[in-house]
Amino acid sequence: MKPAPFDYQAPGTLREAIDLLASNPEAFVIAGGQSLMPLLAFRLATPSLLVDLRRLSGLGNIAVGDDGFRLGALVRWRDIEDDQRLVTAHPLLHAAVAHVAHYQIRNRGTVGGSLAHADPAAELPGVAVTCEGEITLFGPAGSRTVRAGDFFTGPLSTLRQPDEIVTELHLPKWPSGRRWAFRKYGRREGDFALAGILLFYDEDQRGALSNAHVGVIGACPRPHRLTRAEALLNGRGIDESLIRQAAVTAAEEVDPPDDLHADAAYRRGLVATLIERGLRAAAQQGSA
Amino acid sequence: MRVSFRINGDPVAVDVEPRLHLADCLREVLSLTGTHLGCEHGACGACTVIVDGAAVRACLMLTVQAEGASVVTVEGLSSDGALNPLQTAFRKHHALQCGFCTPGMLTTAHALLTEEPDADADRIRSALSGNLCRCTGYIPIVDAVLEARAAYQKADKP
Repeated sequence: MKPAPFDYQAPGTLREAIDLLASNPEAFVIAGGQSLMPLLAFRLATPSLLVDLRRLSGLGNIAVGDDGFRLGALVRWRDIEDDQRLVTAHPLLHAAVAHVAHYQIRNRGTVGGSLAHADPAAELPGVAVTCEGEITLFGPAGSRTVRAGDFFTGPLSTLRQPDEIVTELHLPKWPSGRRWAFRKYGRREGDFALAGILLFYDEDQRGALSNAHVGVIGACPRPHRLTRAEALLNGRGIDESLIRQAAVTAAEEVDPPDDLHADAAYRRGLVATLIERGLRAAAQQGSA
Repeated sequence: MRVSFRINGDPVAVDVEPRLHLADCLREVLSLTGTHLGCEHGACGACTVIVDGAAVRACLMLTVQAEGASVVTVEGLSSDGALNPLQTAFRKHHALQCGFCTPGMLTTAHALLTEEPDADADRIRSALSGNLCRCTGYIPIVDAVLEARAAYQKADKP
C-alpha cells in the first residue's frame, strides 16, 4: 500500500512540464492525484518521475462566453459546484459533477485529471462526449485539439501521448430551456457508476424533438453516444411509448462489461431504466 | 525533499521522500497520530485533514504537494485539552464507539460547517458519505453535526 519510489518536480511553466515529460518516458503527470494516488498505492503505476502541475498558472479558470464553456485542466470539482453561473448556464455539467465521488475528493480532483485518467464510469468524460466537447492538449509540438468523442479510446486509454498535458475542455453553448437529464446508479453514494446516462434534446413549437444527444458511462469500455437511440428520438414527440422504445434501443446499443460488480445483463437493464427515468424527468422539466 | 507548510497554525519543515503521503508524514514524521489510516487508497475517509480550508484525504495527497499549505488535523480542532462544540456534540450523542473513524468525521464536519454553517441533514449526510463508520450506524453522527451547527452559526457573526 506504499507507492514505489519516484522523483518529483513541480515546474513553473507548461513548457518546462512538457520538457520534463519528453525527457523522462516513464514520467507521469499529477494534478489533484485523486485517481493516480490509489494507482500508485497499489503499484499499478510505477512512474520514475511525477510532474506536478500545481504551480502552473492559467489552468484554473472557468470561462462562460459566446463560444461556450472553457474549463481549465486544474479546475477542481468544487470550483464547478460553487460556480452559480453553471446552475443555469450548463445544468447537465453542474449536476453531473455533483455526483463525482465524495466531498473530500471533489475538493482536490480536477477536470484535466479526470479526462486524462479516462475511467469509463467517470462523469466528466461522459459530459464531454455527450455534449460534443473538445479537449486541448499541449505537447512538444505545441497544442492540438481533439474531439472528446475520439479522445477516449478504451478503459483508462486516450489519444494523449505521454509527453502531452490536457490543458482545457471546451463545451459548446447550451441554449436556455434545453431539456436534459443525468442519471447514475451505484450501490452507495459516491461509488463508481455501474451504469450512468446523460441526455439532452431541444424541442420545436409542435413538440418535435431535435438535436437529441444520449451518452452512457459505466456500462461501456469508454464513454460514448447512443446514436440509434438519438435517431429514434429526433423528429418525434415525447410520450411514454417513445420513452420505452428509446430505453429498449439504448439497452440493445450498449456493450457493458461483465465483472465482479455487476454482470452485463444487469448493466443493460440499468441503462434501460435510467434512460426511461431520465427522459421522463426531462419531459417534465419546467412544466411542474 | 524539503517541504515547508503550516500544521495547526505552526510552521514546520520536514525532509521526506516524494512518495510519502501526507497522512504518513503527519503520523510518522510529525508524531500527530490523531489522523488515522484505514484503507490508504481513498475509500474510507479516516485520514481526512483540512488543507487550506478544504477537507481532503491525506492518503491521496503527497507531502511534497503540501508545500506552502496550511494543514489542520484533528489535534488542531481544540486547544488546551478542552473539547470543541463539535466534539462535545459527538460525545453527547454517542457519535463514536471504537473511535477509529472519528478524526475523519470531525475534520470533515468541521470543514463543512465552517463553510456551510446552515447545512441541512441531507447535505451533512452527503458530505460524510465518504467516511466509513463500522460502529454507530451514522445516525448519532448526523445528529451530533446537526447540533454543533449552532456554534458555527454564532462564530459566523461579527
